Amino acid sequence: MSNLKTFTSGIIKNNPVFVLLLGMCPTLGTTTSAINGLGMGVATMCVLIFSNAIISLIKNLIPSKIRIPAFIVVIASLVTVVELIMKAYTPDLYSALGVFIPLIVVNCIILGRAESFASKNGVLASMLDGAGIGLGFTLSLTIIGSIRELLGSYSIFGQKLIDTDGILIFVLAPGAFLVLGYLLVIFNKLTAKHK
Amino acid sequence: MEYFVIIISAIFVNNILLSQFMGCCPFLGVSTKVSTAMGMGAAVTFVMTIASIAAYLLQYYILIPLEIEYMQTIVFILVIAALVQMVEIILKKVSPALYQALGVFLPLITTNCAVLGVAVLLVQKELNLGESVVYAASTAIGFTLAMVLFAGIRERLDIEKLPKAMKGIPIALVTASILAMAFMGFSGLVK
Repeated sequence: MSNLKTFTSGIIKNNPVFVLLLGMCPTLGTTTSAINGLGMGVATMCVLIFSNAIISLIKNLIPSKIRIPAFIVVIASLVTVVELIMKAYTPDLYSALGVFIPLIVVNCIILGRAESFASKNGVLASMLDGAGIGLGFTLSLTIIGSIRELLGSYSIFGQKLIDTDGILIFVLAPGAFLVLGYLLVIFNKLTAKHK
Repeated sequence: MEYFVIIISAIFVNNILLSQFMGCCPFLGVSTKVSTAMGMGAAVTFVMTIASIAAYLLQYYILIPLEIEYMQTIVFILVIAALVQMVEIILKKVSPALYQALGVFLPLITTNCAVLGVAVLLVQKELNLGESVVYAASTAIGFTLAMVLFAGIRERLDIEKLPKAMKGIPIALVTASILAMAFMGFSGLVK
C-alpha cells in the first residue's frame, strides 16, 4: 500500500469513529462544543503519531509476550507529555477536557493502531497512518462538537449566531448519544448507497 | 450521611456511563444480553473497588511524598493492568466458579476507561480512603445498573423491525440517549 493511501484511508474508509466505532468515550464526553472536540482530536492525534513512530522504531526490541504492557508505557508517557503541554499553554482547554486527557491512554484507537499497524510497518508509514487516523478522529469530533454547539447554544466555535438560549439538551449527556446515533444513521445510509 | 450522598450521587446523579461517558466501549460492545451485562458489571465492580484502594495508596504514600504527581497516569495504568492480571490469577486458583463467570471479561477491563477514570477522579475530588472505596463501589454499581437496563432494552430491540441504516449501534445510541434523559430526572436529588 502506498504511503498516500495509508494516510487517506484513516480519514473516511477506516474512520475511527463512524466506521470502526472506536474511542467512543472521548467522542461522547468531550464534544460539548466544536473547540473542545477539536482540542481533544488534536491531542489524540499528537499522541497517536508519536506512539506509532516510537513503537515502530522499537518493535524489534520488544519480546512479543510483553508487547501490550510495553505499548501502554509508551502511550502513557506520551499522554503525560501532552497533558503537561496542555496545562502550560492551553489552560482553558485543559480544564474543559478534564479527566479525559489522562484517559487518552485507554483510548482503544491508539493501542489498536500500535498493535495492528505500527508493530508491523516502518516508521514513516506508521506516522502517516497515525496522522490519517488522527485526522479522521479530529474531523469526526469537530463535526459532532459543531452540531452539538450549533443546536445546543446556537453558536459555532464560540461565535454566537442567534442571540437566544439554545436547545439545552444537546449540550447535556443525552444530546451526545442522540447526535452520534443519528450521524451514524446518515453515514450508514450514504455509504450503503455508495456500495 | 456523607457516604449516603456519595452513593446516591455516584449511582444515579452522576452515573458514570450515562452522564460522564466513561466505559462506553463495553457499554456498546458487551451489552447485547442481560447475562453478559451482569457478568461484565460484576467484574468491573470487583476490579474498580480494588483499583481505587491501590490508586489511593499510590497517590498518597508514593507519588506525593516523592513529589512525582505528574507520573500519575503512567503509574495508575500500569498498576491497574497488573492488578487485573493478578485478580485473574488469584481468582483462577481460589474460586474457579467465579473465574468461570467473570473470566472472559477480566482482560477487557484494562482498557475500560471507567476504571482509570475513577482512579483519577477520586484523587481530583480529594476523597479519603473510606470515601474512595465507597465512591468506587457505588460508581461500579451505577455502571452495572446502566449496563443491565440497557442490555434488557437491546434484547427487545433485536427482534424489532428497524430501517437497515439504524440497525445495531445507531439505534443503541438513540436508546442510550433516552435512558440518559431518564437518568437526568435524578439530578435534583443531590446538590
